[in-house]
Amino acid sequence: MSGSALTGGLKPKHQRLVLAVLALVAIIAAGILAAWALRNQASYFYVPSEMQANPPEFGRAVRLGGMVEAGSLSTAADGVTWNFVVGDGEARVPVVFTGIVPDLFVEGSGVVAEGSLRQDGTFVADNLLAKHDENYMPRELENMTPDQVRQTVAETTE
Amino acid sequence: MIAELGLAALWLAAALAGLQLFAAVIGLIGKGDDAEGAGIAGLVRPAAIVQALLCALSFGALLLLFARTDLSVLLVATNSHSMKPMIFKLAATWGNHEGSMLLWVSVMALSGGLIALVERRLPVRTMIATLGAQAFVGLGFYAFLLFSSNPFARLAEPVAEGQGLNPLLQDIGLAFHPPTLYFGYVGLSVAFSFAVGALLTRQVTPEFARVMRPWVLGAWSFLTIGITAGSYWAYYELGWGGWWFWDPVENASLMPWLAATALLHSASVLAARDALRAWTIMLGVVAFSMSMIGTFLVRSGILTSVHAFAVDPERGSFILALLTIYIGGALVLFALRANTVAEGERFSILSREGALVVNNVALSAILGIVLLGTLYPLLTEAFDVRVSVGPPYFNPVGAIFFLPMMLVLAVGPMLRWRNDRLERIRWSAIGLLALPVALAIGLGISLKIDLLPLLGMALSASVAIGSLMPLRGRALRRVPLATWGMVIAHFGVAVALFGMSADTAFQKERLVAARVGETVQDGPWSITLKSVEPVAGPNWTAIRATLLASYDGGPVQESHPQARSFWAPPQDTSESALLTRWNGQLYTVLGGEAEGDRWQLRLWWKPFVTWVWYGGVLIALGGALALIGRVSGDLKRRRAQARNIERRSAGDPLMENPA
Repeated sequence: MSGSALTGGLKPKHQRLVLAVLALVAIIAAGILAAWALRNQASYFYVPSEMQANPPEFGRAVRLGGMVEAGSLSTAADGVTWNFVVGDGEARVPVVFTGIVPDLFVEGSGVVAEGSLRQDGTFVADNLLAKHDENYMPRELENMTPDQVRQTVAETTE
Repeated sequence: MIAELGLAALWLAAALAGLQLFAAVIGLIGKGDDAEGAGIAGLVRPAAIVQALLCALSFGALLLLFARTDLSVLLVATNSHSMKPMIFKLAATWGNHEGSMLLWVSVMALSGGLIALVERRLPVRTMIATLGAQAFVGLGFYAFLLFSSNPFARLAEPVAEGQGLNPLLQDIGLAFHPPTLYFGYVGLSVAFSFAVGALLTRQVTPEFARVMRPWVLGAWSFLTIGITAGSYWAYYELGWGGWWFWDPVENASLMPWLAATALLHSASVLAARDALRAWTIMLGVVAFSMSMIGTFLVRSGILTSVHAFAVDPERGSFILALLTIYIGGALVLFALRANTVAEGERFSILSREGALVVNNVALSAILGIVLLGTLYPLLTEAFDVRVSVGPPYFNPVGAIFFLPMMLVLAVGPMLRWRNDRLERIRWSAIGLLALPVALAIGLGISLKIDLLPLLGMALSASVAIGSLMPLRGRALRRVPLATWGMVIAHFGVAVALFGMSADTAFQKERLVAARVGETVQDGPWSITLKSVEPVAGPNWTAIRATLLASYDGGPVQESHPQARSFWAPPQDTSESALLTRWNGQLYTVLGGEAEGDRWQLRLWWKPFVTWVWYGGVLIALGGALALIGRVSGDLKRRRAQARNIERRSAGDPLMENPA
């Protein structure tokens, strides 16, 4: 709103400079903001053994990837809440998810769960990403332990 | 035979691009005839035109192969199926890596041919440099196609049946989504060529901006439609009920759009006022860089998604090499030449130009934020830390620049060029700034909603009113088409912003396991599960629910969400069902069977969600109107000039000094 005072008193050349400086400041501010927010808001990926050894803060958005353990999948009485265990051969994390599971979500298959860790050690998933087909596998599953890779490969080539 | 013909045409087109580049270089460094665009340099235009025809022929050949489902061709055998409906057979032509690259090259060659055929306004040398740059970019893509992605490769033994197309892609949206985005990307490549041409010959003039502008407008309109269609496709096809996920693939299309939006506005300043010269050139380079980065991200297999048709490191490296050559080369050229581009006209901060500079800065900042957020997971992965970046990053950080930009958008179009006085616009400006504040406070007190949707809704009112202000006090019939375009596009921004905010603030979700006959409430809707039955389609089988839905006790409407199983290739998808009202959509998804004869249902009431895409369509329509207005204005001017020249040569004494 103080624009008239600003524009009235400044020579055109200086106005140009002011604009350039403003632009520069805005871009630098955007860069700093982005860097700061990325450190705080990026959601890290865990496999069960990492989650057990070095758990994330409770309530912080992270992703958990592993295999749905055979025999662990059950539904609650409401018909839409799922309980299962995600494991990576070394550790096991119980997961609860309310929603419609992806089409290829079955026991023994790979899954990436987005959500956060609850105080009681249960992972509360807001979203499940499962293998849609051999061309659409969550990227994180590509870099699992050799054991899991063998398992995944066995599934994909079935 | 058709495949061989297509391949031969493609090789010939590549050779002509080589000739076009060679002739342009001769023209730029040569003397005498060549420097005037005659001699060898005179071949540039014809080469571009013939190249366009050959490319069209090549693409036509591939279309024909898919239409006939010629299973002796590798690409057809891996991506099509004889049982598919015709429209999907044709869409399969570009529903794969090789075909989509051929489409890209063909559109690019056709654009080059069109420029060569009709564009006469630029100085001869700038024109030669532009077409040379176009050929240089084209050659990279020809090499890519011919050496690592040949779409016409034959199989040694024809197969009995094709492998089909990813069922997620068997949708009418697919027939339009990739081509529109490609038209956008290619339009930006043309703008890039113009920028390089102007830089090479140091002719960064308003005339150059006027020549480039229709291409930017066209590219921008196509990108807008492509993004809008892609968003709607993800909304109803994926069954997740959202219209934007900040998925890297979505960002890959958003980034060129942001750059193109900035370029569009700075080109307007250059065309009208001869200011922002170097900046416009820079944006021309950045916009095309973003298209290339987008293509690299999507096609290299570095991201896993439905778009990564072929995870092939060789192709990723190829695109990366092209990207480095074009962008690196252009930036070096820019660094060498930018200081020789004379300073443009001056303007005060409180002026149309000043507002557009703010728009440009904000758009660039948002572009930087999106780019960083998209690349960050790839960077950390190099250090073996796997992260994903989603809405908690993009929404608040982007909003810091987006919301002020909306304020400037509301006020900016009222300002005069060069220098305006605060007293002149004081009351309307105060009104437009006070309105969202009052609305935000009012809405915030009466309804409990999050800050961002609250601000978005409040600002959308301001933008809607502000966007109509340029029409105030004018005879609507006399308003130029280009101004109508601006007004409609800005109004579309308000509509889309309102839709996004209202859906975020007010959507109601229910997730239930229901027995047949059971009734569920979701917001104002009451929904009864009437039945669940098996159905079959041409290449799938499904279970289908029949839902009876009534809005606020009104008439009952049927809704049919399905869980589908495709058999070529085998895959399950869920088909959501939508009931559309003027004020929103009921979105239903059928899940699996639960214990006790129950069926999982996901129900969303999404108020005003359709406005997101109505807004997108309005924005694109505004772009198209502005394009038509500008081109027809140019044609009129050209005819008037032609008449003047005629009269002058006829010796009309009154026309000695035509304007």
